[in-house]
Amino acid sequence: MRFAVTKACGGGGKARAGALYVGGGGGGGAAVVETPSLLLSTRKGLPAFVSRDLLSTLPSPDSHLLHVSPIHFIECPSSKTISNIGGLHQMLGLQEHILVAAASDSVESLPESEASNKLGASFETPSGRRLVKPSEYMQMITSMKPNLWASLADEVPAWVTEKRNRISVDRTLRWLDDCLAVDLEAGKNTLGAVVGGSNIDERKRCATEASLRNVAGFWIGGFGLGESMEERLALLNAVTDCLPEEKLRYVSRLSLPEVLQGVAAGIDLFDSTYIYHLTLGGFALVFPLDIVERDNWDSRTDIEGADCTKINLRATIYRKDTSPIVDRCGCFTCQNHTRAYINHLLNVHEMLAQILLEIHNTHHYLGFFRLMREAIKGGKFELFRQRFIKRRRAFLTAEAPCSL
Amino acid sequence: MALRFEVVGRFNRARAAQLTLPHFVCQTPLFMPVGTQGTIKGLTNNQLEEIGCQIILGNTYHLALRPGADLIDEFGGLHKFMNWKRALLTDSGGFQMVSLLHLADITEKGVTFQSPVDGKPMLLTPEESIQIQNKIGADIIMALDDVVKTTITGPRIEEAMYRTLRWMDRCIAAHQKPDTQNLFGIVQGGLDPVLRDICVRGLVERNLPGYAIGGLAGGEDKDSFWRVVAQCTAALPEDKPRYVMGVGYPLDIVVCSALGADMYDCVYPTRTARFGSALIPEGVLKLKNRAMANDERPIDPTCPCMVCKTYTRAYLHCLVTKDAMGSQLLSYHNLSYMMKLSRDLHTSIVEGRFPEFVRGFLRTQFPKGDVPEWVCNAMEVAGIDISSCCASFSPSH
Repeated sequence: MRFAVTKACGGGGKARAGALYVGGGGGGGAAVVETPSLLLSTRKGLPAFVSRDLLSTLPSPDSHLLHVSPIHFIECPSSKTISNIGGLHQMLGLQEHILVAAASDSVESLPESEASNKLGASFETPSGRRLVKPSEYMQMITSMKPNLWASLADEVPAWVTEKRNRISVDRTLRWLDDCLAVDLEAGKNTLGAVVGGSNIDERKRCATEASLRNVAGFWIGGFGLGESMEERLALLNAVTDCLPEEKLRYVSRLSLPEVLQGVAAGIDLFDSTYIYHLTLGGFALVFPLDIVERDNWDSRTDIEGADCTKINLRATIYRKDTSPIVDRCGCFTCQNHTRAYINHLLNVHEMLAQILLEIHNTHHYLGFFRLMREAIKGGKFELFRQRFIKRRRAFLTAEAPCSL
Repeated sequence: MALRFEVVGRFNRARAAQLTLPHFVCQTPLFMPVGTQGTIKGLTNNQLEEIGCQIILGNTYHLALRPGADLIDEFGGLHKFMNWKRALLTDSGGFQMVSLLHLADITEKGVTFQSPVDGKPMLLTPEESIQIQNKIGADIIMALDDVVKTTITGPRIEEAMYRTLRWMDRCIAAHQKPDTQNLFGIVQGGLDPVLRDICVRGLVERNLPGYAIGGLAGGEDKDSFWRVVAQCTAALPEDKPRYVMGVGYPLDIVVCSALGADMYDCVYPTRTARFGSALIPEGVLKLKNRAMANDERPIDPTCPCMVCKTYTRAYLHCLVTKDAMGSQLLSYHNLSYMMKLSRDLHTSIVEGRFPEFVRGFLRTQFPKGDVPEWVCNAMEVAGIDISSCCASFSPSH
């Protein structure tokens, strides 16, 4: 795995563009991927609704990065079977893809800090609460052979006691060493886990200690578990200040617009279940993907009173809407189907609705990441970030005419 | 008439044909997946085209409820609404009405029922059914028939058969688009050969573009089932397509094709997929079964579909019934299987090796030679020698 920062954003910000080259693992990942980028979230290794053949219609190599949680496989198949099949890439039929393993997600593998103990981390899974020890975790990682993997962490929510928070940092560091001790690649594909909750000092301690280990990069956990927007930026910055500049940083659970804070703090990889939740809710992303170019952007040109980020296709106003979700969007959904059809599918509870929505939302969100990268490369990320936030909030402050 | 039906191969009663419809040129025998509400559950149009799907079935009852016939009409028809470029067939809505609604009542006027949306009394007449189907715009539309369960006996069956003929005339009169939509009649008459015969003649007199054999696939015993199919296919015109509604299991499709039927539809392949069962040449593979948890083989090593070329039984075992992706992948495979079966039936007839195909099929499904008696009897009538597939002919099966 090779990672290099290609452009640090001028103007005092810490946002950076990078290039990630991944070879090895179970195979695949021959392309160079630009960062910051998005890891698509998966269930048991595959997107929730988009099968492999449809996944290949999404932009490449952007859509080749996936976040996989080994905990999803805790019931089956066994590590032995996964090994026999040849690892994750082979089992999932995603030989060309970059699979990044991190244990927790927000849907099917939720960290349960009250049940974690000195032996292992506890997760709430569809098959109940499971305690995972570093040795078991590494057994899964070894058989799965992901391109990159985060070490096992003891994630705690923002409201725990200082003592519990301190313990989580101690454990996480100890487990990082435990994982590295049995790692056949000696840390070459490892992302050291950094936690520390909402305590700046603990965050710094964890980051500093993790930096001393021989790892390829860092996975930053514990966010999206109760901290406030204001705290988060300070915490993120505290962490990245203590991490080596040249190594990869990956943070979980930041959605829109929190992801902008992450980029501003110098993070390179992001995963979240944002797309998944949008899709389940019947929402489609529609915000314009041209904010940087439109210098004369004016909030009055937007739909009055409308949430410019997304539309809810369950709404009856879309019943006869013959337009695609987003005009001139190149995704499979927008090229083939109308808002009216998706509205119908949602009303009759047909699975095709989720498939089409996940495709579009993924395409759109990947486009957003591309925009961010363009902004960084052009030295305009701060401007981009501010405009984006302002535009999102515009609909809340604009007068909404009462019309029915 | 808006179709052309050209027989391109035969073996005794079995035929392979080219069915040219307004939206697509099809090869028969063929299986039609059921896309109840304007979609096949979990599959996109391009995936359906990839596996060789030629015609999809839409349910008039469901579509008329949501999104509504007028809306579909405004969109220019169901093809445009769902962006399906190949052929479509809609049923009349009658079957759903009778099977889904407790308080459905059939009179000469039509089918009265309670609207599932607001409980208001509603009436579906033959005219109304055709009007809705005209708006939906499918290549093939079905007449509203008075359908009774085959397990019922008595004068109701005769009443239903005659009413079906009377409603046929009303359907024909109401049909606004005979140049672009083909109205098929449906043969009823229960399990009574006399009634079936009257109905066949009555429909043939009306010179329709195609004919369906209805009222089966509802719980009757297999021996009665094949005999009705055999009787109808023998009496229906050679040069028009024959559609056995609600069939079904691969074995049933092979037998009916041997007896001279051309088209089939059933929810079975997609429904059984959602329950974790895969269709394979040997029969059915229950992926939920614990034995699958470590099975590193594909569902079917002989299947060329995307699922079998990519995934192992072990991985699918952990997906099925738990994740939407499991349903999708299994539906994809099962429909691939049915499309392949359709192609194999067509090609084997055209290439003059239909009996070999049938024998191969039966041997794989019944390796111990325990071919059911009804299949043996049906094949005898079809003139196909399957003695090499049967261990012994046992009347007490």
